[in-house]
Amino acid sequence: MSDKPKNTEKAKQAEQAAPRRLSVFKTYKLYVGGKFPRSESGRVYEVTDSKGTWLANAPRASRKDARDAVVAARKAFGGWSGATAYNRGQVLYRVAEMLEGRRDQFVREVSEAEGLSKSRAAAQVDAAIDRWVWYAGWTDKIAQVVGGGNPVAGPYFNLSSPEPTGVVTVLAPQESSFLGLVSVLAPVIATGNTAVVIASERSPLPALSLGEVLATSDVPGGVVNILTGGTAEIAAPLAAHQDVNAIDLAGADEALAKELEIAAADNLKRVVRPQPVDYFATPGTDRLTAFLETKTVWHPTGALGASGSSY
Amino acid sequence: MASATPSATASAFEYAPAPESRSVVDIAPSYGLFIDGEFTEAADGKVFKTVSPSTEEVLSEIARAGEADVDRAVKAARRAFEKWSALPGSERAKYLFRIARIIQERSRELAVLETLDNGKPIKETRDADLPLVAAHFFYYAGWADKLDHAGFGANPRPLGVAGQVIPWNFPLLMLAWKIAPALATGNTVVLKPAETTPLSALFFADICRQAGLPKGVVNILPGYGDAGAALVEHPDVNKVAFTGSTAVGKAIARQVAGTAKKVTLELGGKGANIVFDDAPIDQAVEGIVTGIFFNQGQVCCAGSRLLVQESIHDELLDSLKRRLSTLRLGDPLDKNTDIGAINSAEQLARISSLVEQGEAEGAERWSPSCELPSSGYWFAPTLFTNVTQAHTVARDEIFGPVLSVLTFRTPDEAVAKANNSQYGLSAGIWTEKGSRILAVASKLRAGVIWSNTFNKFDPTSPFGGYKESGYGREGGRHGLEAYLDV
Repeated sequence: MSDKPKNTEKAKQAEQAAPRRLSVFKTYKLYVGGKFPRSESGRVYEVTDSKGTWLANAPRASRKDARDAVVAARKAFGGWSGATAYNRGQVLYRVAEMLEGRRDQFVREVSEAEGLSKSRAAAQVDAAIDRWVWYAGWTDKIAQVVGGGNPVAGPYFNLSSPEPTGVVTVLAPQESSFLGLVSVLAPVIATGNTAVVIASERSPLPALSLGEVLATSDVPGGVVNILTGGTAEIAAPLAAHQDVNAIDLAGADEALAKELEIAAADNLKRVVRPQPVDYFATPGTDRLTAFLETKTVWHPTGALGASGSSY
Repeated sequence: MASATPSATASAFEYAPAPESRSVVDIAPSYGLFIDGEFTEAADGKVFKTVSPSTEEVLSEIARAGEADVDRAVKAARRAFEKWSALPGSERAKYLFRIARIIQERSRELAVLETLDNGKPIKETRDADLPLVAAHFFYYAGWADKLDHAGFGANPRPLGVAGQVIPWNFPLLMLAWKIAPALATGNTVVLKPAETTPLSALFFADICRQAGLPKGVVNILPGYGDAGAALVEHPDVNKVAFTGSTAVGKAIARQVAGTAKKVTLELGGKGANIVFDDAPIDQAVEGIVTGIFFNQGQVCCAGSRLLVQESIHDELLDSLKRRLSTLRLGDPLDKNTDIGAINSAEQLARISSLVEQGEAEGAERWSPSCELPSSGYWFAPTLFTNVTQAHTVARDEIFGPVLSVLTFRTPDEAVAKANNSQYGLSAGIWTEKGSRILAVASKLRAGVIWSNTFNKFDPTSPFGGYKESGYGREGGRHGLEAYLDV
């Protein structure tokens, strides 16, 4: 009995003497073409939490990385846009499934990135997971909602259907590192486009972790490509890129947005200008339709009815 | 090989002239700008002349809008906007129905006027342009009180003042495409017609007067590119709609960058008309002719690149040449005329220069024997064979009666060649095989695909391009979106 306190004392001493377990840092990498490369430039930048504590070194992507991402996105476009809407819906739903399993990780990353309490970060992550589910359900409905048959005044079958516009550059919102990111990315790929995403410059880590989720979610390589670094530096070559079809300027400030919109005019990219968005609110179809073209197909039907035949 | 030479075919079947009377239209010696319901001179007193492209006769002298006039018109449209947008949709609808009816009543007059000012054949203005113009107003009139059902949510709001710039190839039809949806949705407009074809827009101003349309709802500013640029740049314009060249479209996209202006652009094209070996040849030949020689080829969605499956190339070309030899070029007011005048000396020079470049690059040029009138601006229907994808005539929009013929072997090759263009406005597919039509149509990157037909239009049918052919759609329910805050 008497040496019990002694034993406790000894145990305490032993614990203090043993080395504490050192956590394993994560090397965050870009997500391009289904792979996780470092920036070809070999550059990184320091990412801190909201209090200035070092979190990680994120890759600082270069214009070469941006071009590689476009090549990967273009290569993936045929297969992804050609997949059935049903298939795309399941893939998007799978993303939600995978995120649900890694919910705690994302809550921690969002909490650190945006300086939020655990519960507020959890609300962001839950909303983002639910957003994937929401868009998963849109893939096979949007064509029915925005397309259809046109009653032309003549003997023609005439059908309008939406089609993806192609490769879309997305400047993810700067403040909402995960919910905002998902809210601008999911609608782009739901409709069959492929995406080159520039993550929030200050809080890029949730985006890079999302890349890891996408890689294991049946999203084909190249459909989503995620770059981190200086938004303005990476966006400039993408806005001017002749093989990019559209650009979402959500993450650009006013001056940068204007500059990029001017560059985007060179090949008449479809442009979505930055605007205030409540990312918690259920989105409308705006971001789905912004990256859709309408194709109208005509074909003669013959004129049996008009010529008096009744069959 | 064709059994008859072109000239022999042409002379085998002479037609007596059948000219439409121009007495149905009364063109005044001069016209002003139409601002706030009144015709008015330009602030700086400038004028320009509009000529008939088929005779070079001066038709009238027109006030030329400048920056101050643009400002005046935008202010008038802004004042009118408050009341116009507040009208019940059913009342706006009735104004548009009135306009549609007056256009139908005056369609003969307007068809002759358009032919005189534009140079296109009367059979096209009479049978294509004018019926479509009336139909557009009729169609959008019906939307004015049904906007809640258009799929943009309940009570969608208009944008405000729309600045609209239209081209010279379909002057009144482009006006209808722009003004009808703008007014139906509650916007007011300032429209600048092209400098070579201002007359039908000014006659439209008179139709607005007859319809009792409130002052300032529609303002018409004839003028040149500087007036168009001033309109696009005006800080109190909320919506820009432009149809015209891709170069100007890009300039507009740069101009509106960083503003809140909503923009739609209908730009150039280099449409691929694909003929498969199982196509009905005679029908395909008619479709090819319609595709490139309708409106002298001055059509953004023209089928200017003919892609023929190699195995039927010779047979198709023989038929096509035989058919081209029967086309009648001449007086646009003659009801038998198939091919009228090129719209302007400037456009004629552009066509000629591109065609010369085609020859210089080694493509083989052919035209039927064809006598061109001694005055006016004319260009004979022209074919280029032995064309490769690298040739200028296969890449650049010529906007004239010039067809480039290329070949392919497999459907995949046809699709690859068709899509090998900066443009993506239109395409044609000719085959009797339904699954092939659907497969090819789904792979073509173009906004309008005509299968076993070509150059068909309807107000209920959305129209617009992929890639550098512009953005937004005109026509149909889709056309409303451009004028609503959605």
